[in-house]
Amino acid sequence: MMLQLFLLLAAALLAIGLYGALSQQSIVMIMMGIELMVNAVIVAGAASWWFLSPHRPDGQVLVVVAITVMAVEMAMGFAVTTAIFRARDVDMTDMAADLKK
Amino acid sequence: MIEQAPLWTVPVAGAVLLALAGGAAALRGGLAAGRASGAGTPGAEAARLLVQQRRSTVAADRLLWRLGPAAVCVAATLAVLVVPLGRWTVWDSPVGVVWFNAMEVVVWAGLWLTGWGANSVWGLVAGYRFLAQGLAYELPHMFALTTVALGAGSLRVGDVVAAQSGLWFVVWMPVAFVAYLVAALGMAFWGPFDAPAQADLAGGVGAELSGVDALLLRAGRYLMLTAAAAFAVPAFLGGGAGPLLPAWLWSLVKTAAVLTLLVWLRDRLPTVRMDRFTELSWVVLLPATLLQALLVAIVVLVR
Amino acid sequence: MQLVVFVVCAVGAVAAGAAVFWVDSMARATFALLASFLFVAVDVLLLDLAYLGVLIILMMIMEMVVMAVFMIMYMMNPAGLMPMSMVHNRRGSLAIAVGTFLVLAAGILLIHWPTRRGAPPAEPTRQLGEALMGSKMLVMMVLGLALFATMVATVVLAQHRGRYHRYGDELDRRAPDDPIRGGVGR
Repeated sequence: MMLQLFLLLAAALLAIGLYGALSQQSIVMIMMGIELMVNAVIVAGAASWWFLSPHRPDGQVLVVVAITVMAVEMAMGFAVTTAIFRARDVDMTDMAADLKK
Repeated sequence: MIEQAPLWTVPVAGAVLLALAGGAAALRGGLAAGRASGAGTPGAEAARLLVQQRRSTVAADRLLWRLGPAAVCVAATLAVLVVPLGRWTVWDSPVGVVWFNAMEVVVWAGLWLTGWGANSVWGLVAGYRFLAQGLAYELPHMFALTTVALGAGSLRVGDVVAAQSGLWFVVWMPVAFVAYLVAALGMAFWGPFDAPAQADLAGGVGAELSGVDALLLRAGRYLMLTAAAAFAVPAFLGGGAGPLLPAWLWSLVKTAAVLTLLVWLRDRLPTVRMDRFTELSWVVLLPATLLQALLVAIVVLVR
Repeated sequence: MQLVVFVVCAVGAVAAGAAVFWVDSMARATFALLASFLFVAVDVLLLDLAYLGVLIILMMIMEMVVMAVFMIMYMMNPAGLMPMSMVHNRRGSLAIAVGTFLVLAAGILLIHWPTRRGAPPAEPTRQLGEALMGSKMLVMMVLGLALFATMVATVVLAQHRGRYHRYGDELDRRAPDDPIRGGVGR
């Protein structure tokens, strides 16, 4: 039963992150949504390692990959935001999508 | 060897930490007495701050502001849980070295929150200063801890102490030890790295603090310094090993010695600007610790 | 006991995660996200993954504090002094999110999960280390390469000065001309 509880936690985090990533306009806020979704992957990976096959390291390796993905995502996100902000003076996706006037 | 102490020893660990930190504060007061117009003894100063009325600022983010200084104190206390005192340790965690590192990073959040919360420009600039400094000292610090774990073949602090029964790590990892001490000064924004709490920013992160919050931040600074000194003992100085005296006393003596060195350094070195320290750290300290780790790795492989 | 800790932390993680998109202050949003990560780290610690749990605490504090700097740099209302909303298509997003959760929850509850195979190792950290340096070496190599590429790419993207700024038009300046001088005497 505990596996289901952990996975439900992961599903809830994923849903919240998805809401944030879809609804927010600011690039930085979208990144926070994505981070929440990766957070859900961490929970699900760790739980499936412990409850399904703890004798194999795959679940743990998945968590390491998720943590790295988070770091890469954040670094690239901020670099892109900085580049867009420097070039166009905007930090919102809607404005960045508009053609340059 | 190192054994897990029962749960009721948690307050004891806190009390020992507090006593050592109080000693450091008193020592600092004694050393500075000749130079600066002295605040009173640590006890009197603490009592004064406890009854002082809290100052408030316009549009402060009160929740985050109160959280900051408290986080620094809590982090130091949690960090010291994995540090063995002689034969006993409060929490014999299998990843004690990483735990210490994680708790030390809490100071980043604590100081930035303290600087941010007051809605004061001095505090905010000081918070940014600390982040720049933190990014500079953190990597050499991590590699120093990695080198220690590598030499011991374990992340458990007890194993690290056991691995030094023949030769203390400070002897064959001197570069890592120096990098660790530099980081210890940095994480307590102490000595040459006190730019985040400098007079040129009207006191920096603590510019708007008063009363209990100011007490927590100042105490947290000493607690963090003490925790860093305490962890240097099992990591580099052989833990409780030593002749004649019991192991727990050796731990205390060594901690006090490292702590005295750190406190004494405070007024001996000029404040380093964090941009200068960043380059120094990345161009000199980081390669040096990497080479040290390489050396240790080769020794471990050959041995 | 473990169940209580799990439930408290799970509720805390979800509540803090929701608070990220609820509060007005960017600083509070960042630290709400940090709280969510810390709660998740405690739940991971419950699964006997001491190293990964502490690693999450360590990494996320550093990431979120750095994130707070960028939040305040780019957001129009960092301190939350006035209520604001920067959302588009809120209703659609909410519907998609709730729908996703319902589908996932239905799957989680209805699927007949396999029972556990094998026993957990005595030292999960050692298992992870040996996997990353042995059978899963490729993962480690790819991660290392990806991190290196990220470092190069972020510097290239975020830095507006190139080598011609630093070393002159002919690239013949001996010491680079940087706006902030470093600490090793250049």
